[in-house]
Amino acid sequence: MLEVRYRTARTLPLGRPVAPALPRGGILIQPAEAEARFSLRLRGPLSPGGFPLDRPINTVTGDDRRWVARLGPDEWLIGMPEGEADLLAEAAAADLRGRAHSLVDISHRNVGIDVTGALAADVLNAGCPLDLGDAAFPPGSATRTLLGKAEIVLIRHAGAVPSYRVECWRSFATYVHGFLQEAAIAAQPVERVPAR
Amino acid sequence: MAQPFRTSRGGRIDRARPIRFSFNGRTVEGYHGDTVASALLANGIHLVGRSFKYHRPRGILSHGPDEPSALLSVDRGPGRVDPNNRASVVEARDGLKTLSQNHWPSLEVDVGEVNDLLSPVFVAGFYYKTFMWPRKFWDKVYEPVIRAAAGLGKAPVAADPDRYANRHAHCDVLVVGAGPAGLAAALAAARTGKRVILADEGPEPGGSLLHDLTSQVDGRPAAVWLAETLTDLDARENVILLPRTTAFGYYNHNHVALAERVTDHLPAGGGQAPRERLWQVRAGEVVLAGGAHERPLVFSDNDRPGVMLAESVRVFANRYGVLPGRRIVFATTGASAYRAALDAKAAGAEVTLVDLRLEADCGAEPAELRAAGIEVLTGHTVLGAKGRKRVTGLVVAPIGPEGRIGASRLLSCDCVGMSGGWTPAVHLFSQSRGKLVYEPGLDAFVPGTSAQAERSAGAAKGTYDLAACLAEGDAAGAEAAGSQERRALAATPTATGFQPARVMPTNADPTKVRAFVDFQNDVTAKDIKLAVREGFHSIEHVKRYTTTGMATDQGKTSNMNALGIVAGQLDKTLPGVGTTTFRPPYTPVTFGTLVGPARHALFDPIRTTPIHGWAEAHGALFENVALWRRAWYFPKPGEDLHAAVARECKAVREGVGIFDASTLGKIEIVGPDAAEFMNRMYINPWAKLEPGRCRYGLMLKEDGYILDDGVVARVSPECFHVTTTTGGAARVLAHMEDYLQTEWHDLDVFLTSTTEQWAVIALQGPKARAVIEPLVDGIDLSPQAFPHMAMRSGTICGVPTRLFRVSFTGELGFEINVPSDQALAVWEAIMEAGRPHGITPYGTETMHVLRAEKGYIIVGQETDGTVTPDDVGLAGMIAKAKKDFVGKRSLARPDVVAKGRKQLIGLVTDDPKVVLDEGAQIVADPGQPIPMRMLGHVTSSYWSANCNRSIALALVADGRDLMGRTLHVTTPDGFTTATVAEPVFLDPKGERINA
Repeated sequence: MLEVRYRTARTLPLGRPVAPALPRGGILIQPAEAEARFSLRLRGPLSPGGFPLDRPINTVTGDDRRWVARLGPDEWLIGMPEGEADLLAEAAAADLRGRAHSLVDISHRNVGIDVTGALAADVLNAGCPLDLGDAAFPPGSATRTLLGKAEIVLIRHAGAVPSYRVECWRSFATYVHGFLQEAAIAAQPVERVPAR
Repeated sequence: MAQPFRTSRGGRIDRARPIRFSFNGRTVEGYHGDTVASALLANGIHLVGRSFKYHRPRGILSHGPDEPSALLSVDRGPGRVDPNNRASVVEARDGLKTLSQNHWPSLEVDVGEVNDLLSPVFVAGFYYKTFMWPRKFWDKVYEPVIRAAAGLGKAPVAADPDRYANRHAHCDVLVVGAGPAGLAAALAAARTGKRVILADEGPEPGGSLLHDLTSQVDGRPAAVWLAETLTDLDARENVILLPRTTAFGYYNHNHVALAERVTDHLPAGGGQAPRERLWQVRAGEVVLAGGAHERPLVFSDNDRPGVMLAESVRVFANRYGVLPGRRIVFATTGASAYRAALDAKAAGAEVTLVDLRLEADCGAEPAELRAAGIEVLTGHTVLGAKGRKRVTGLVVAPIGPEGRIGASRLLSCDCVGMSGGWTPAVHLFSQSRGKLVYEPGLDAFVPGTSAQAERSAGAAKGTYDLAACLAEGDAAGAEAAGSQERRALAATPTATGFQPARVMPTNADPTKVRAFVDFQNDVTAKDIKLAVREGFHSIEHVKRYTTTGMATDQGKTSNMNALGIVAGQLDKTLPGVGTTTFRPPYTPVTFGTLVGPARHALFDPIRTTPIHGWAEAHGALFENVALWRRAWYFPKPGEDLHAAVARECKAVREGVGIFDASTLGKIEIVGPDAAEFMNRMYINPWAKLEPGRCRYGLMLKEDGYILDDGVVARVSPECFHVTTTTGGAARVLAHMEDYLQTEWHDLDVFLTSTTEQWAVIALQGPKARAVIEPLVDGIDLSPQAFPHMAMRSGTICGVPTRLFRVSFTGELGFEINVPSDQALAVWEAIMEAGRPHGITPYGTETMHVLRAEKGYIIVGQETDGTVTPDDVGLAGMIAKAKKDFVGKRSLARPDVVAKGRKQLIGLVTDDPKVVLDEGAQIVADPGQPIPMRMLGHVTSSYWSANCNRSIALALVADGRDLMGRTLHVTTPDGFTTATVAEPVFLDPKGERINA
């Protein structure tokens, strides 16, 4: 089954990512690889088996390759490398057997864009009205929000350099990517007013 | 000599960096740090514009954002022309081209000035009184001519080439205004470590400290304290200091909008950087320290160029090193102008001061001036100004006992500095819905009860003493940051005495005096009195009748004088008259700032499917459906819409067509209670639908009217694959979630949007099966194994698919659901496989025609939010046995079950070539008197190539009872006739679909 599933290469709306360039002016905006994503819905007492489901709402666990973001009391967004999708589905099914839940493959619905660099929060704040300061949105945060006129999920990974993942729906990817690129240009510092 | 009015030293301009710009074609020299106004004045240029209505020569009144007169067109380069810029806030820089406005043929010689001679005619409400008849002349003649003659600058015509940015920001304390109070507030808040944003509209923070050469703060000269304070704030990580940034709007929940002018002041324009940035700040607490505006004095010809505000003379002299005149007369009703007079004298001007107040009502300030060798005339009024394009003198006279006016005296001068006291800038406070209170001692409205988490400090609150402003700012900043700490700052005392005057006393015939209250709108004291006499007693009515307080300055200089005159005429107190509402923006904001990046491709998301690129490459034309862009039709060379659609329609019925249906909304409904949930949301029964089978579902709102429709497949006992209309996808999911979360939280069921997970390739036509047969694995496609309205899982071209056997055309058809990123590959493989069968891509127009031939409804076309299932002939789908579903009760309402409802029928025109207009009205008898009884309207109408005639669907009152009847349908030039028929025009038995 695995073999069949991936025989046809995926055509990504923003194209295949090129090798990461050095952050230009403190910001790098990079479309993600073809990844797998699942929306997990589950109610009732949480008995974490293989999945870290018991973390607070609006947090993400894992690293930038495999992550579980809790978006609501009964909603998790899960991301991982493409090849691990079937394994996850099987593991989850085993883990949650007998419990009312919904695990829906949305790998093709979602498009990821990584926003990295010192100016990352400023760039995101061009369209995201949330407080992205370290106190309000520290590394490990995840939430559903807006970027301009598009709905996104915003995830902040840990790391020395501020590093965010923007997840949007496929048909919004061109807009979201364009919005971020425009914001990156507009966020470049111009000239400090000399204090006299 | 260039810049003859520039002082030899001093000011905050950078004399090492000269700049040049043009004014009406003439080169003007100045220095870095100048505004356009200060550079013009340095060159002795006072006449900079013509007034709005009378075309009177006008000069520069102020040094700040309240400037009503000096409005220039500023050209910053190709495509970058803006009208109505205030010369007092535009930073002068190399290469600017500035032009005065509202005159012809030139600023010096303006034929419009004839209006000034006719001023007895142009009284308040003149337009309303004069241009009444004939009525139709207003639109065609009067209004265009008046607009051309009056008005300010010309709107630019070229597209704006600049970039505009948007930034959301959060802070604990937002301080508006970086004068003494604002700086003290920011310092106090910053010390707590909380996040502080300090915004100031000027290029340099500092406010009044930028032109205060004599005060001491904390034991240092004010300028030194300012520099140290800015260095301190700048060094703090928790402070964002925003110069050139105007807080212009105060909205709910401490949402304050700021406009930052990022690059206009840079000679090179700033490259890729935005011209302006809109900051949307959500602040925990706000400190408003926006200062105050000086009031002009109202006397005859007070608008002559060279007559300006007293504090502005001081600013030009101290901050910009410019003396606006060599012989300056200050006219005042308060103490603050004395400081301006002293500074002007120190800068080298010959100075006289006239004060309306009696000597006994003044403080120590007259003595101080006399000691400096300045003549001070207390107890004197100003009767008028002399000069036309430039003031040449001021006529003053003593006021004797009982207000008798004594012998007048002409004081020759080339500049007048006037001061009628101060008005706190309460605009933002008022926008925040705070309540203003009138403070008689200040003769001003000041902030009263707050409605949001904000506080005012300093002159914005009516506090004018420097030490008091600093203390108030410090307290406000500390309090806003939740700190108990207070730091007192010693400062030189400020003289603040003041006596309000509405109109300067005069012995002239009041009907002859042209004493301006609102300089921008050419409103005189006489006009306001006339308006009151004519019955306009509310200040809001006076404003609209006379236009006082309107336009770009919104009455910053004029409102209190106008209010005072109205109150005086009505013999009321000022609070009895009230004040006009302060609305955003505080000062003019460009459209670019408000629009931000939302232009061109970023105006709105344009949603495209995975097949979009292929459709583009194959010549499709597109139509907008919600945010989606869908292929409309695929014309071959030489084909128009009609020809292309006719060909596509034939191809589907005779061979096979391929259609991108990816935009259909999809929802995965999963859980043990999925079927129960479906039963409650839809009118149809779902419990007995077997896995692998599909059903057409119809969904109502609570009012019983159709909300949406779509085919639903049962994937497994606990999983449904729901489809919705393209435009209804988000609405339907929200509708479902709403019920699930608020009404039926006991149901174990989850909804996940899969609209974009699955792309949908619709393959329709008698040859559809033959085309996909070689591509599909794991599914038996035979009619027996895979009947109409079934769904199977398998693979196509190796890609996992949910394959639906469904049809929106009435033909044998499949809707192939594949993961989006693999859809293009599958589409191309199907095209290849279909080539021998003549496969034809078709668009939404053909889809519409094909479904209309079968009488399938489209939600939003046959329905309009007032249509029930029975109205469109679908009552049979209602599951009678179900206890309840959303909308069920409403279907029993008397109005819904009554006779006379509009019902869906087909219309066959008697002339088969006539295609009815969609929306056309239908009547039984066109001969009946108007207004006729409308029976209904056409909902869908097309040319059907397959029927070789026109077809139409319509909603008609009791339409199903009218089968075979002839009705009359409106056309653009009359009526045409059509016969009522069943709403199915092709294959009424549905044999083709089951092939």
